[in-house]
Amino acid sequence: MIEVKNLSKSFGEKGVLSDLNFSVSHGQSVAIVGKSGAGKSVLLKCLIGLVKPDEGTIYVDNKLINSMNFGQLQEIRSNIGMVFQFGALFDSMTVGENISLALQKLTKLSSDEIKERVYNSLEEVDMVNTEDLMPSELSGGMKKRVGIARAIAIKPAYLFYDEPTTGLDPVMTDSINRLILKFQDTGEVTSVIITHEMRTVYDVADRVLLLHGGEIWFDGRPEEIKNSDDLVVQQFVTGNSTLV
Amino acid sequence: MFRFLFYPANLLIDSLEGVGRYVELMASMFRSIFSWHKYLSLTIDHLFHIGVLSIPIVILTSLFSGMVTSVQAAYQFESGFVPNWFVGSIVGESVLLELAPMMTALVMTGRIGATIAAEIGTMRVSEQIDALESLSFDPVSFLILPRILAAAIMFPVLIIIADCFGIIGGLFAAVNAMDVSSLEFIRGLRNWFRPFDAWFGLIKGLFFGVAITSIACYQGYYTSGGATGVGKSTTATVVISCVAIVFLDYILAAILL
Ligand SMILES: Nc1ncnc2c1ncn2[C@@H]1O[C@H](COP(=O)(O)OP(=O)(O)O)[C@@H](O)[C@H]1O
Ligand SMILES: [Mg+2]
Repeated sequence: MIEVKNLSKSFGEKGVLSDLNFSVSHGQSVAIVGKSGAGKSVLLKCLIGLVKPDEGTIYVDNKLINSMNFGQLQEIRSNIGMVFQFGALFDSMTVGENISLALQKLTKLSSDEIKERVYNSLEEVDMVNTEDLMPSELSGGMKKRVGIARAIAIKPAYLFYDEPTTGLDPVMTDSINRLILKFQDTGEVTSVIITHEMRTVYDVADRVLLLHGGEIWFDGRPEEIKNSDDLVVQQFVTGNSTLV
Repeated sequence: MFRFLFYPANLLIDSLEGVGRYVELMASMFRSIFSWHKYLSLTIDHLFHIGVLSIPIVILTSLFSGMVTSVQAAYQFESGFVPNWFVGSIVGESVLLELAPMMTALVMTGRIGATIAAEIGTMRVSEQIDALESLSFDPVSFLILPRILAAAIMFPVLIIIADCFGIIGGLFAAVNAMDVSSLEFIRGLRNWFRPFDAWFGLIKGLFFGVAITSIACYQGYYTSGGATGVGKSTTATVVISCVAIVFLDYILAAILL
């Protein structure tokens, strides 16, 4: 359960988010859409305490994120898997090390169990036997999938995806959408998916928020956003830049 | 239109802000210093990268700076008032006090400072630092502490190596370029040798090492603006480190000598 109340954030003079209110309940998969630069990544980073909001409160599992010290944040974060836009793999480490790093720190697994967990995570994203590759040897789509494997390896209750399908070919997009759905279907995971691809929204989300001008412009089901007659929503859904 | 009038004021404010953030970053690093054992294996990696891999370039630069000191001393002795064996004293003093620490620090600014700034800066702009944090790691202690610890350990070692090779270079040039036997050179060397000079060089090395790596880590950590940003941080690291080194050089000499 995530609850965001009156969240505002600006960088210097530049307002990015103003007075956002929404909540995500257990097991939901929520897509947050919006133009580039709308503040989607900033919002997601606020949710795990990487960016401190100027105003407002954020509760994850009824715990207030804003005022947490580092130790308390660590505890919350060990339950959240974050998939970064370009994978954000540590480029001085192999794929296997990227995934085992957090396991060594957050779990009490033995090294054999960690090895197995790494293997299983890579299997989930269809990337077996890549443990010894360096991130520089992977394509963009492979990096994203390893990023997903790293996020799911700690078996989190929340999965946050930052543009998981942006810039990928249609086939890879589909395979990543299926991955997200697969984790979602276990029923134990709450997902927040940032994207500006409507296809991903229709495929995986059961609710969609449109971020526009720092505010939540639309909040509803994917079918509803398709049929909305609001111009801003229409513009985004159809990709027609002449509407507004 | 009159914005350029405010330029010096803005520059001052920006640099004070920078100093503030630097101090803050160092403070949060020192808070984790008691858990240094958790970062031992990382520190060992950096000992290798900062220390061992720098040995060839340190040998090369110190060798030549020792040689050039010798040749220039000989040139100044041409008048004949000063006995030739004094060249050993000159080389010894200059290498131990100034040349070895200074040359090592400047070379390491290019080799280590720039590398660290680029590494950490790239991690910042490609969200790897955010990723570390999202995986419950403290990026400050994970990335910065091991590098600064490694530099604090390795710089004095590199200075000792530079001392040795600086003096060897001086000896070699003296024997070749002027009428000094190696025995005479060593006599000059021992005549003026004060153990404190060697210690002073090591202390300088320690300060230079911590200054270079902490400036580089700071610049890298606060990089923004993609690849251009990484370039800017790297440049800033080299420039600021060089200034910091000569400044520290003066301060330490004024206090300790
Ligand atoms: N650390 C930061 N410092 C200053 N400005 C930032 C920072 N992070 C994001 N911004 C600004 O906030 C706005 C929203 O960014 P972001 O959330 O990354 O957009 P997107 O919706 O494409 O993910 C952008 O205009 C960006 O320039
Ligand atoms: Mg983004």
